[in-house]
Amino acid sequence: MIPLIDVKGITKIYNGGEIATKALSDVSFEIEKGEFVAIVGPSGSGKSTLMHILGCLDIPTSGTYIINGRNVENMNDDELANIRNKEIGFVFQAYNLLSRTTSIKNVCLPMIYAGIPKTERYERAKNLLISVGLGNKLFNSPNQLSGGEKQRVAIARSMATEPSIILADEPTGNLASKQSMEIMDIFDELNIKGNTIILITHEENIAKRAKRIISIMDGKIVNDTGRLN
Amino acid sequence: MKLLEILEESILVLKTNRMRTVLSVLGIIIGIGSVISLITLGEASQQSVKERIQSLGSNLITISPGGTQSGFLRGGPDDAKTLKYNDALEIEKSDRLTTVDKVAASYSSRAQISFQENNMNTNVIGITENYFSLRNIEIEYGVGITQKDIGTSSKVVVIGNGVIEELFTGKVNPIGQGIRIDGNSFKIIGITKSKGSEMVSSDDSVFIPLTTAQKVLYGIDHVTSILVSAKNEELIDPAMNQLGYLLLELHGIKNPEDADFSITSQEDLLETVSEITGTFTTLLTGIAAISLVVGGIGIMNIMLVTVTERTREIGIRKALGAKRKTITTQFLVESIVLTLTGGVLGVLLGIGVSLIITKTMGLPSVISITSISLAVGVSCLIGIIFGWYPAHRASKLQPIEALRYE
Repeated sequence: MIPLIDVKGITKIYNGGEIATKALSDVSFEIEKGEFVAIVGPSGSGKSTLMHILGCLDIPTSGTYIINGRNVENMNDDELANIRNKEIGFVFQAYNLLSRTTSIKNVCLPMIYAGIPKTERYERAKNLLISVGLGNKLFNSPNQLSGGEKQRVAIARSMATEPSIILADEPTGNLASKQSMEIMDIFDELNIKGNTIILITHEENIAKRAKRIISIMDGKIVNDTGRLN
Repeated sequence: MKLLEILEESILVLKTNRMRTVLSVLGIIIGIGSVISLITLGEASQQSVKERIQSLGSNLITISPGGTQSGFLRGGPDDAKTLKYNDALEIEKSDRLTTVDKVAASYSSRAQISFQENNMNTNVIGITENYFSLRNIEIEYGVGITQKDIGTSSKVVVIGNGVIEELFTGKVNPIGQGIRIDGNSFKIIGITKSKGSEMVSSDDSVFIPLTTAQKVLYGIDHVTSILVSAKNEELIDPAMNQLGYLLLELHGIKNPEDADFSITSQEDLLETVSEITGTFTTLLTGIAAISLVVGGIGIMNIMLVTVTERTREIGIRKALGAKRKTITTQFLVESIVLTLTGGVLGVLLGIGVSLIITKTMGLPSVISITSISLAVGVSCLIGIIFGWYPAHRASKLQPIEALRYE
């Protein structure tokens, strides 16, 4: 079976002035469809860099990355944009919603870029928001929502184009513990429905909710629990 | 992504950031509006001056005593006594002057005039019959100075509208009353119609027969100017030539450079004044150019700040799958919508302000198409370039760099 995500020998070097920083060195792993993986590590370990590369938000210095059978190595900007749009749903720590724009329009945004017709777009956005428990906040803008609610809008948005994987970067980092657990419940539910989820976190109790934990330290994988069944 | 959807998205962004939109549009409105109104003001003033000069009589040729060249010992034209009433009569009589229509002579000086206890110092102009028609002066009440008055050197006077206000306090009908000019008693036979604001106003002058001025008041035989009208506008130059040769002959002068008179046309005056008002217009255009530059920098500033501020937004859009072209198109469409709205409102404001200014100042309303196209062109160009270029640059960033941007 071809893995959904195939990372081979990824290295990322940042050239900040005269000193080159090696954020990732020779990282390799595979993730199958339907997995719920947590990538953990202290800050500065390189887990965020890994997440950016997995999300095609940044390109590795060397190594191969194949997502859903497509090698992104030699892709141009527009092809990468297409991958981000169709294959990946993002959930950021800082939510990254468009401010002063309603929840439903935020959820619609990736669907606009995917070329989904307007009526279908709104219908789908509405259903997604209802499924994350925001059926009564469709037309609120982010500054009228709590942190937990904003993150739920972001999760709804990440599901909009039915991507192959959901990439969540410290999704509970800005939230209180009760809200964090609610967000994790949503991820659990999504995973049960068959979605592949990659979660980046430094909190152990959050990571425990995942079915597989990859630990990173100083840009290298130090432990991989493998698929737990 | 279809263009229509991009337009929809752009308008949504402009609507959600109302303050920013209003400020950018305001910059464009003021830039364009001020340029149009300033240039219009300049051109309207120039037009107005031209019209006033033409109201003096457009085919008019003026002969003044004294040469055009100021030699070492030659006196100013006011002192020269080289032009006589006889010259005017000869011009009128001559059958060689095929191009000339009417002739008038005048002697003008200042004198004290009084009615009962009121008195004033004003222009007293001795004239011949055709003077009023040549200067486009109309008689409102009574009659003008006739050839008969001139023949008999009668002591009659036609007074300007402004003089009435000074001398008569409204209750007396001035026609038939006697006024004193330098001690001599004159009978008022007419009142001229007001010409309003004019460069050389006839409203404050009084007019008496030329011969009366020469013989009775001053004891002189020269005139201060001879006015001649050409038959039509094309004949002004030939008429000036014919007049020149005739007068040289009459005065027994062989070399035209020694002429003891000078001939100017209204056209000459128009040219001189146009030069002066042209400088004024240039000045206003300069100020307009400065406001265009300032307005342009304002637009640049807001556009640059907007895009910088929105780098994060560009990052989000890219992360969600926006292609580079989609981003730049969106910003371009936004700039076009902004500058177009500002442009239209600016033109309306400019025209509105121009109409108000010209109306209150009594100037002719000439809206300059050049100024409109210049102002709109420059502002839109600046708005679009500075809306598009930073967005184009930001769209080239890796999405993660744009997302990290604070």
